[in-house]
Amino acid sequence: MKNSGTIASLALPLKAWAPRFGFILLTLTAFVLMLLSKAETVVLERARGQVVDAVAPVLDVLSRPAATIQGGIDHVNGLFLLHAENTRLRAENEKLLRWQALAQNLQSENATLRAELGYVSDQQPRFITARVVADTGGSFVQSVLINAGTDQNVRRGQAAMSQEGIAGRVANVGARSSRLLLLTDLNSRVPVIVEGTGSRGILAGNNGPRPMLQYLPANTPVSAGDRVVTSGDGGVFPPGLPVGVVSQSGAAGIQVEPIVDYTRMGVVRVLDFGPAGMLPLPEEQALR
Amino acid sequence: MSDDLGLNRLDRWVRATLPVLSIAFLVLVSVTPIPLPILATVAPAFPLMGIYCWVVLRPDLTPLAAVFALGLLQDMLTGFPLGVHALIYLVAHPVLLAQRRFFVRHSFLSFWWGFALLAPSASFLTWVLLSVLRGALFPPFGVLAGLVASILAFPVIAWLLTRLRTALPATSDAYA
Repeated sequence: MKNSGTIASLALPLKAWAPRFGFILLTLTAFVLMLLSKAETVVLERARGQVVDAVAPVLDVLSRPAATIQGGIDHVNGLFLLHAENTRLRAENEKLLRWQALAQNLQSENATLRAELGYVSDQQPRFITARVVADTGGSFVQSVLINAGTDQNVRRGQAAMSQEGIAGRVANVGARSSRLLLLTDLNSRVPVIVEGTGSRGILAGNNGPRPMLQYLPANTPVSAGDRVVTSGDGGVFPPGLPVGVVSQSGAAGIQVEPIVDYTRMGVVRVLDFGPAGMLPLPEEQALR
Repeated sequence: MSDDLGLNRLDRWVRATLPVLSIAFLVLVSVTPIPLPILATVAPAFPLMGIYCWVVLRPDLTPLAAVFALGLLQDMLTGFPLGVHALIYLVAHPVLLAQRRFFVRHSFLSFWWGFALLAPSASFLTWVLLSVLRGALFPPFGVLAGLVASILAFPVIAWLLTRLRTALPATSDAYA
C-alpha cells in the first residue's frame, strides 16, 4: 500500500511513453531482422521454415479451390477446342512416331558404343514430387512454396522441374515445406549452355518474365529460337535439362523465354541429384 | 452465472480478434496461387488493404504490435527479407491513426482516396528497402501494375471487411 503512490507516479509517464517506446523498439527490431536476414542467418532461416511449416497445411487447403478452378477452366477450354486439338495431336503423333523410331535406333546404337567404350554414365537423379501450395507472385520476389521438406528429403540447393523443364531451385527448407526460387527471380543464377553453339553462360533472373543470358563468350552466334539447356556446371543442376528458348538477342542483351509456364505450375519435381546438389547456408559451410 | 460470464468473455475476445484474424487471412490469400496469368504477375496488396481498413475503422482492435507481427508473417511466407513488410506496416500505423478521422468522415470515396494515397507510399518504400537490401534496382513496371491492381481491388476487400464490423465489440469511438 505504501508503494502505491510511487508506482502511480512512475506508471503515468511510462504509460505515455509506452507507445512511442514500442514504436522505436519494433522499428529497430525490423531493421535488425532485415540485416540478419540479408546475411542468411541460420536461426532466422530455421524460424522461417518452422512458421511456413505451420501455415503450409492451411495454404494447402486454400490452394485447392484454385487448382480445381484451373482444372474446370482447362476442361471447358478442352471441350471447345476438341476438334482443333485432335487434328493437332494426330499430326504431332505422326511426327513423334517417326522420332520414336529414330530414338530407338539411336538408343541401341548408343548402348553398343557405350559398351565398346566402357562409358561411365551420368548419375540419374531421383525425384520428389510436390504440390505448389503458395505463389508469392508480385514484382519483388519470384518464388513458390511446395508441400515437401526435409522429411521428404528435400534439401537446400536442389533443382526443381515442372513437367516442361527447370523451374528453379530450393532456397529454404522446412520439415514439411520448402521455398523454390524461380528462374525469373533477381537472385537466380543458372549455368546454361546454348544448344547448337556449345557456348556456356549464366541465365540471370531480373524479376521480369524473361531472364537474361549473361557471360557468354564474345561473338557467340545466338539468335531467337535457340534452345537453352542447363550446362551442369557447379553441380547444382543436372546437365541437359530444358530451360527456355532465346526470345530476343540484341544490343540490350539476350532474353530467354522460360520453358515453364509459371502461372500453371501446380506440381513440381525436386531432383535429388546426389550430394553435389546441396547448397549449405554460408554459416553451415564455415562450420565444415 | 459465472459460466455465462466466462462464455461472454470468450465471445468478446473472439470478436475483438476478428480484425487481426481477417488480415492474417488476407496474408494467406495473397500467397495463394491464382490460375489467372494476369493476377499471377500483378499481385494486389490484399494485406495492406486489411491493415488500412482496420487501423482506420477500429484502431483499438489493431494495435501496433499486431500490425508488426502480421508484417513479419507476410515476410516469412513471401520469402521477403524479414522485417520489410513489418517495417512498412509499422510506419503506416501512426500515419493512419493521425489521419483516420479525415478518411472516414466523408464518404466511401474519401475512404478509397486514403488507400490510394497509402498504397503508392507503401510500394515506394518496399521498392527502396528491397533495392537497398539486394543491391540492385528493381524494374518498376511490375510494381506499378501491382499498385493499380491494389487500388482497383480495394472496394471489394473493403466491402467484405466492413461486413465484419457488426460482429465486433462496441467501441466508444464516435467515428467507428
